[in-house]
Amino acid sequence: MTQTPHISVQHLNAHIANQHILNDININIPDKKVTSIIGPSGCGKTTLLKSFNRLLDNTPDVKIDGKVLVDGENIYDPAAEVTHIRKKMGLLSQRPYPLPMSIYDNVAYGPRIHGTRKKQELDELVEQQLKAAGLWNEVKDRLNTSATRLSIGQQQRLCLARGLAVGPEIILGDESTSALDPVSTAIIEDLFISLKEKYTIVLVTHILRQARRVSDYIIFVYMGKIIEFGPTEEVLLNPQKELTKEYVKGYIS
Amino acid sequence: MQLRLIKDKFFSKLMLVLTLASVSVLLVIGIGLYYKSIPLLHKLSWGQLLTSSIWKPLKGLFGFYPFIMGTLWVTGIAIIVALPLCLLTSLYIVEYAPARVKRILTPFVNLLSGIPPVIFGVWGVLFIIPLIQKFIAPHFVDFSTGYSVLAGGIVLAVMIFPLIVSIISEVLRTIPQELKEASLSLGATKWETIKKVILRKALPGIVAATVLAISRAFGETIAVLMVCGNNAVAPHSVFDTGYPLPALIANNYGEMMSIPLYDSALMFAALLLFIIILLFNIISRVILTRLERRLVA
Repeated sequence: MTQTPHISVQHLNAHIANQHILNDININIPDKKVTSIIGPSGCGKTTLLKSFNRLLDNTPDVKIDGKVLVDGENIYDPAAEVTHIRKKMGLLSQRPYPLPMSIYDNVAYGPRIHGTRKKQELDELVEQQLKAAGLWNEVKDRLNTSATRLSIGQQQRLCLARGLAVGPEIILGDESTSALDPVSTAIIEDLFISLKEKYTIVLVTHILRQARRVSDYIIFVYMGKIIEFGPTEEVLLNPQKELTKEYVKGYIS
Repeated sequence: MQLRLIKDKFFSKLMLVLTLASVSVLLVIGIGLYYKSIPLLHKLSWGQLLTSSIWKPLKGLFGFYPFIMGTLWVTGIAIIVALPLCLLTSLYIVEYAPARVKRILTPFVNLLSGIPPVIFGVWGVLFIIPLIQKFIAPHFVDFSTGYSVLAGGIVLAVMIFPLIVSIISEVLRTIPQELKEASLSLGATKWETIKKVILRKALPGIVAATVLAISRAFGETIAVLMVCGNNAVAPHSVFDTGYPLPALIANNYGEMMSIPLYDSALMFAALLLFIIILLFNIISRVILTRLERRLVA
């Protein structure tokens, strides 16, 4: 691992309602690669992911300490401004949640908030991001219809386009394909692979096949601790730790 | 064995009959009020009754325009005062308040709905009337006793407050956390998220809450009657007195019944109120369906 890390987590601990969810996490997430966080359900993968864009802050009774450096800036510094941190990261959640507005307005939502007003600029941006998410040809004739009219697979790609439209550096995916059919899943997975040229991608998944197919690196989390971290093939085919072996073989899930 | 099946049939039929019976009460009330209004309607036309402002029962002149206007003014003021307050309160309770504050606040809001209307009336007379008379009205008009449609509207606003807050809070709570996170993760602030996503998503629910509150406000009697001044003249400003329909009925029913047609006129007032509420509910139902359809489509 010779690349510069894009996200650097140092001694991160998170408690939710007095439960120790993340236990002394230290990790460097490499730049412009796909890194998958795997582990059994309830192990803290999603919590870890949400700590990267401070969405974790909104959980009731949460206590966080430690550092998360993004581009060298500690996002948990009291002086850090949270909207500018979140703008750096696009989030793709488990199910698509299109905003209650048209397809066009969904994509234009972020740019408008951050000050893009000119119609022509927005038009170009919307087209460009919908193309990047592979949705343009399917929706170009009905940009003004409500986003909820789209199929769930299309909605998820719309959410991806919406996230890309604010010009992030990082894409966070929280089991982004778990609600999708196999065809849509394949489309999203292919998008992740092609998008890593420009973006650092961090995915949470519990599908090992998916982790193997799309990711360059794998983080195995168990009971709030990082057990193993390394290149995909090494972690999946030749795990060093006993727990990882058991998980990869399917003994624990 | 047979008995079980008979019981099953019996109860399903019983429930149907009971449901129909309670629905038919609406019809019975409507027909009854109309029937009682017939003597008045023989004397004067609908047009005359609705548009005339002259209320002189002793001379046989019954103009309901002032009362209709009184009702609309008071209800309108109430909703204009209550809605923004309720929206912000609900948003605070659901989106901002820490869990501890939430636990204290919610029962307080609900308690407000348990207070009998007459107490709100007394509170209006003791507090709102002097407030309007001494501090608000002097800035706008030369003289006001304080008894006004504004006072009625404010008292009414406080009374419908808990109803609107509880419905809107419920609606806000049903909005998925992930939808808010979707907006926040794009770098939107909380306020931007509320304005552009949450309120938009909650709009049908907010409209429904408003409709329910207005329906209730139309019929609210005692508290309004105590602070409105009850003068049979259509109000032209918020500081004018007003005489809403329910107040007219409650104030006069059982008295002065010797005046010819008076009894019929009060029944007609009730019929008017009934029709206003019915029409209002039908119209708002249509608007609500359109709104929901537009949000989905």
